[in-house]
Amino acid sequence: MSFVTHQLGLVHGNGLRALHGLDLSLARGERVAVIGPSGAGKTSLIRLLGCALRPSSGRVELLGCNPWQLSAAELRRLRARIGTIHQAPPIPPRLRVITAILAGRLGTWPAWKGLASLLYPADIAGAQQVLARLDLADRLFDRCDRLSGGQLQRVGIARVLYQQPELILADEPVSALDPTLADAAIGQIVADAERRGAGVLASLHAVDLALKWFPRVIGLRGGEVAFDLPAARVDTAMLRELYAGEGSVVPTQGNDPDLLLGLADAELAPTDARVVHLDSCRGRG
Amino acid sequence: MTVAPPLALGDAGLGRDPAARRRLGNALLAVVLLWPLLQLAEFRPAALFEAGNLAVMKGFLAGFMPPARSPEFLGMLLKATLETLAIATAGITLALLLAAPLAVTATRALSVSAIGPGPGRRRGLAMRGACRALLTMLRAIPEIIWALMFVRVLGLGPAAGVLALAITYGGMLGKVYAEILESTDTRPARALLQSGSGRFAALAYGLIPNAAQELTSYTVYRWECAVRASVIMGFVGAGGLGQLMDQSMKMLNGGEASSILLVFLLLVLLADAISAGLRKALA
Repeated sequence: MSFVTHQLGLVHGNGLRALHGLDLSLARGERVAVIGPSGAGKTSLIRLLGCALRPSSGRVELLGCNPWQLSAAELRRLRARIGTIHQAPPIPPRLRVITAILAGRLGTWPAWKGLASLLYPADIAGAQQVLARLDLADRLFDRCDRLSGGQLQRVGIARVLYQQPELILADEPVSALDPTLADAAIGQIVADAERRGAGVLASLHAVDLALKWFPRVIGLRGGEVAFDLPAARVDTAMLRELYAGEGSVVPTQGNDPDLLLGLADAELAPTDARVVHLDSCRGRG
Repeated sequence: MTVAPPLALGDAGLGRDPAARRRLGNALLAVVLLWPLLQLAEFRPAALFEAGNLAVMKGFLAGFMPPARSPEFLGMLLKATLETLAIATAGITLALLLAAPLAVTATRALSVSAIGPGPGRRRGLAMRGACRALLTMLRAIPEIIWALMFVRVLGLGPAAGVLALAITYGGMLGKVYAEILESTDTRPARALLQSGSGRFAALAYGLIPNAAQELTSYTVYRWECAVRASVIMGFVGAGGLGQLMDQSMKMLNGGEASSILLVFLLLVLLADAISAGLRKALA
């Protein structure tokens, strides 16, 4: 299994309950999208699964082991097998793109190789090849502060693809990309995971992207699972209920005039006009 | 013109800045604490401007004019300047070697066990505490005391100054390096540690790129301080410009002293230029 959780819960230091009683699992090579309104606990779930936070209650099992019972060295090896795509790419602006991408393998490289790679990049071809998949091949030796927000987000994705983790966790990985690029970037993550048999859990803001690329969708609301279904069985009523606190507007990529109308007139538009793209997106890719 | 209705919140309502009272209290407390300290330090600036004192200062400063320019003295000055530069540079280099590993161990920014928190948290806390304690001890004893001791052990000359600088400045550099690393954006390093990379790799790929400028500018500033400190240590026989200054002052030769002071000014300007150049290169 990629991961299994039992009654997983998280309470933040300020007493705020972020997640409660999650029983989820992901098979090896399976892909699942997590959707839900802001504050639903998507990022908290990804931090728990990425060994960045210890659960307050319940258990989590990642790639066959309980991370919080491992020794420091074993935990480090486990962490190297999990790749997290952060919503805000954690890349120092002065770093060059190639360095930012090669940093993906620091978990598996010996220390001397990581330091030597700062003097001369250890794997130019490998970084170039990953970057080309995200349509940024010509920016390999640019500094990251010369990139736009969307380009930097793609470098963050490239780093994790270069890491070749067995489990990819993605926290709104395409939030800074326009619809076409977002679609292509998710497609690359999915293709890479399929080729290597890696599991993927991605939280997505755009519901149409989730339904298009992920065979399974988890709806998260108030820190609990609202639904956990194959994409084909997710229907409009469920989505409207999931986003009930946000005026029942189901967020999509917003490149469709009908959709914009739906967003603007959420109160007035008929139900069907609010959710578009569902049928047209389903089953593609 | 329409006027917005006033916020009907009353005196104790949300219309006031709730932090104002505490700010005022803290400011008053600071004054109350500082006043006796100034008294204790015999801080009476008016004394500077009493007629008798002004004459004393005038006489003291007049003795510095004109600066000594004899070729023989300039030769000695050049040799002493090079010696001072050597003491400061060697001292800072040794201090750097001492400070870097201690700072990396002491900084919270590279704590792996803080993520989660994971295993080894108590050990990490103990290690960091021990390193901080060591850094404190290194810098708590002024370099002049170390210099006095090393002059006795190694004899008069620059070696004593170098060792004294290495120890005290190692402590200062280590403490400030650790804090600079903590105050830059630590998310890149955290993300790297979270995906299994080692501490040195996280330092090199996640922290140094953000902190390089500040680390460099603090190091060069400390080098500048080391130049000045080497003078004080010269008075106890640790070589360089200080020793020369000591001789000039003992012979009441103000001209020579002012030449030496001019060299100091030039050295500080040089340090400034180096710092600016390095910061530009690292920008």
